[in-house]
Amino acid sequence: MSYIKPSFRHPELPVNELGFTQQQYEGSLSTLCAGCGHDSISGAITKAIFELSIAPHNIAKLSGIGCSSKTPTYFLGSSHGFNSVHGRMPSVTTGANAANREMVYIGVSGDGDTASIGMGQFAHAVRRNLNMMYIVMNNGCYGLTKGQDSATSDIGSKSKKGEPNPFEPIDLASVALQLGATFVARSFSGDKAQLVPLIKAAIAHQGFAFIDVISPCVTFNNNPGSTKGYEFVREHLAATGTVDYVPMKQEIKTEYAPGSSTEVTLHDGSVVHLHKTDDKLDVSSRRSALALMQEYKAEGKILTGLLHMEQNSRDLHETIGSSNKALRSLSENELCPGTAILGSINDSFR
Amino acid sequence: MTMTMKKTIHSKNDLVIKFANVNGTGSASANNLFAKALFRMGLSVSPKNIFPSNIQGLPTWYEVRVNDKGYLGRRGGIDIAVCVNPQSMAKDIKEVSPGGYVVYDNTKPLDLRLMRSDVEFIGLPLTQICLDEYQDPRQRQLFKNVIYVGALAALINIDFEVLTSLIGEQFKGKEKLIAPNVHALDLGYQYAKNHFTCPLRITVERRDNRGDKILIDGNTAIGLGAVFGGATMAGWYPITPSTSVIEAFEKYCKRLRVDAGSGKKNYAIVQAEDELAAIGMVIGASWNGARAFTATSGPGISLMSEFLGLAYFAEIPTVLVDVQRTGPSTGMPTRTQQSDVIACAYASHGDTKHVLVFPATPKECFDMTAQAFDLAEQLQTPVIMLTDLDLGMNDTMSEPLEWDEARAYERGKVYSAEQLEAMSEKFGRYIDSDGDGIPYRTYPGTHPTKGAFFTRGTSRDEYAIYTEDGAEYVRNMKRLLKKWETAKSYVPAPVIDNSGKGSDIGVLHYGTSMAATLEAIDYLAQEGIAVDSCRIRAFPFCKAVEEFIEQHSTVFIVEQNRDAQMRSLLVNECEINPKRIVPILNFDGMPVTAKFIQQAINSRLDINKVTPIRKNTTSNKAEQ
Ligand SMILES: Cc1ncc(C[n+]2csc(CCOP(=O)(O)OP(=O)(O)O)c2C)c(N)n1
Ligand code: SF4
Ligand SMILES: [Mg+2]
Repeated sequence: MSYIKPSFRHPELPVNELGFTQQQYEGSLSTLCAGCGHDSISGAITKAIFELSIAPHNIAKLSGIGCSSKTPTYFLGSSHGFNSVHGRMPSVTTGANAANREMVYIGVSGDGDTASIGMGQFAHAVRRNLNMMYIVMNNGCYGLTKGQDSATSDIGSKSKKGEPNPFEPIDLASVALQLGATFVARSFSGDKAQLVPLIKAAIAHQGFAFIDVISPCVTFNNNPGSTKGYEFVREHLAATGTVDYVPMKQEIKTEYAPGSSTEVTLHDGSVVHLHKTDDKLDVSSRRSALALMQEYKAEGKILTGLLHMEQNSRDLHETIGSSNKALRSLSENELCPGTAILGSINDSFR
Repeated sequence: MTMTMKKTIHSKNDLVIKFANVNGTGSASANNLFAKALFRMGLSVSPKNIFPSNIQGLPTWYEVRVNDKGYLGRRGGIDIAVCVNPQSMAKDIKEVSPGGYVVYDNTKPLDLRLMRSDVEFIGLPLTQICLDEYQDPRQRQLFKNVIYVGALAALINIDFEVLTSLIGEQFKGKEKLIAPNVHALDLGYQYAKNHFTCPLRITVERRDNRGDKILIDGNTAIGLGAVFGGATMAGWYPITPSTSVIEAFEKYCKRLRVDAGSGKKNYAIVQAEDELAAIGMVIGASWNGARAFTATSGPGISLMSEFLGLAYFAEIPTVLVDVQRTGPSTGMPTRTQQSDVIACAYASHGDTKHVLVFPATPKECFDMTAQAFDLAEQLQTPVIMLTDLDLGMNDTMSEPLEWDEARAYERGKVYSAEQLEAMSEKFGRYIDSDGDGIPYRTYPGTHPTKGAFFTRGTSRDEYAIYTEDGAEYVRNMKRLLKKWETAKSYVPAPVIDNSGKGSDIGVLHYGTSMAATLEAIDYLAQEGIAVDSCRIRAFPFCKAVEEFIEQHSTVFIVEQNRDAQMRSLLVNECEINPKRIVPILNFDGMPVTAKFIQQAINSRLDINKVTPIRKNTTSNKAEQ
């Protein structure tokens, strides 16, 4: 167990706009290995949602199968969750979202769950621009089945067993960009300062928001020689810049040096600021993101941060023209055409 | 060409006519026109498409049976063959019963080797007429079909006005097309009148057998059932013969479910990337409180298996329509069968069994689809409706569809926000508080602080809290079995039709085997053999099915598969001695005929009463 919850909570814990404490956004005790990157991501999700002041019951968290996919039990305990089947979380989320567009959907997956068995469903959720945040907790291995190399494992990277991985990796952030994802970011489980605002921006984004979070597996893939271990990642990290997510209601107080900052205004009026560290990045251009990622990769560096964001993205509901209301809230009166209409339908078959 | 024939067929309102066409040449609409005209004349008509897995070029057939008794199954035997496909001509001519007719295009002389002395040849110069009349090659092709329908009107006595009024309806809104079509009909009609003694010995005559019946295919009825049953979400992946289920759902949704004010759709249809995703979407939507469904055929069922298991264990309502066909994609995907029964009943990992319903008519397709949503939500489990290509894709005469205004959707046990608010105890998703094995669910987002739970397979306790405790697992699995028992009182009961003669011979059947089975029972009655019948409409089996078997010393089951799959289910679930049920199995991809069933029963009754009819003997299927 990675942490023990104190049974006592201070009565004056800070509350968010809705009057909830951060504790109310936590889940049950994690059963993952102590130090597992995935737990830090759960923590970041908890913090981000608390700070966004979203009522927990308005969130649905869905996952596939894997250590990563277990994590929805460990955050947002007052939200409905669904631990579905291996690699198929995107389709379940598509259905859930179709039924009720008014909720916030958080999908959690692993690199095995997404880059192998679930590659097809992942690609098609991107393609449909499903309105959800899709997080891959990427440890370069199959944690739950005890450490086999995954498809995101770098060529030559050595897992605990010592065998170098002989195959080219699939870079999910690049794949998402190429498939047309309207929000793509990469982060590191050990960098909460970067991850929390990215999660906020991803949740606020209207459409498919993908975050590839490198999340070391301390048990099977944190050894020297692994390119997904804490040490390696910390040493090779480069960031696109820092991100601020400013909800619509808040005034923007900070002034940024011209040229170094990009602003993206979202559908609800909130703003995402990116204070760039590399002027070559144009977050509105997926080409620019892809090129820059390649460039950093060539230098042996992992580029993290916000990579791409489309301002006016249309989600699945807008594309197919489905009701603004939650479909599941429609009454029998609204759905059933009734006897008289059935009578005329019968006539058309006579 | 008339020859002296030893035997001739004389009949009124008792005929089978088979059209042999080339796929993709527009013959389908002309053939439909032909069948619809007979239907409008008040006749009992059953058209069947026999088509290849091909878009253009391969042979395709359309077989229409007419009779005065209301029999809708295949009769077997062909009285008139309309041979407009040179490719299949040799075979088509061979198939005609002695004394019957071959209608063919005589623009080119017939290969003399195809001649038969025991049938009559009716030559229509279809190609020549079209060459003379039309310039456009497409029209030359299309009108050929309409011309032979016109000729048939003269040959077998179809009311010409019925045909012209159907053309009028068909081209409503495209009035320009009416006159040329009627003209084509007339060309055929006049040619036949002028060159042959009309009518032939085989004719039709107006009747009042139609009543208020409709002529509709099962898939359309299912699509309508989903609209009326309140489905708002469909995830699907194209596969014959199920595709038209979703197409019908979409067609009627576009007409009936678009909000007039906003123009927004009160439904969402997502064409998925495969069947795994299709059923995943259905499960996600149902979990979130919408009525959702998918439709597929055998290969799709295979792909959906893992999800079906999850839906069973996680207790998520899931409505799935399986329009069965013959085996794999490279099997005979455009032929009919009832061969997914076991695959559906026990689909997936672990101890699973699923509720199945078996409609036999379009009306039942409609009713059972709407009911499937009720059942799935009441029982919180997958409900699979098993129909087949025969019912799904062929226009079938049916009682009109009915919707009772007083009927309300049965949404099952779902706690509302108010109920949760009033609850003092902790919500437990899997607690069997009513003792029927069915727990209470909540939709996501119902209440700010109460009722949320984590959905997963079986590694959880009654409060949906993670556990791998064996005792909890066993308790849960036993509750699921209790729910299975409860299901028996919810699912459609069998239709039992007793001869009233205290017969000790009983026939079990289900789905589209109904028409031929009931017809066979009539024939047996004419021979003095009284037979009772029981049409199974659902799995799990109601007590009445078991009782029917107990009450009859000789029990047959008619199935359209090789392995007597329903029999296996009966043997397994009702602990019946396999020798008690004699299988009658038709699995050549064509709908079973009454004659086949009658002969199988006769030969079984003739021989030693204990040995069941062996599977290999059933392959000498008699085409009379
Ligand atoms: C259909 C199916 N095949 C295989 C498995 C076994 N399995 C469970 S988790 C897993 C891999 C998970 O890897 P990843 O998604 O990277 O998650 P991690 O445990 O590394 O967080 C596999 C292969 C399964 N549950 N279902
Ligand atoms: S095995 Fe690896 S991924 Fe799984 S919990 Fe342990 S550290 Fe995390
Ligand atoms: Mg992994």
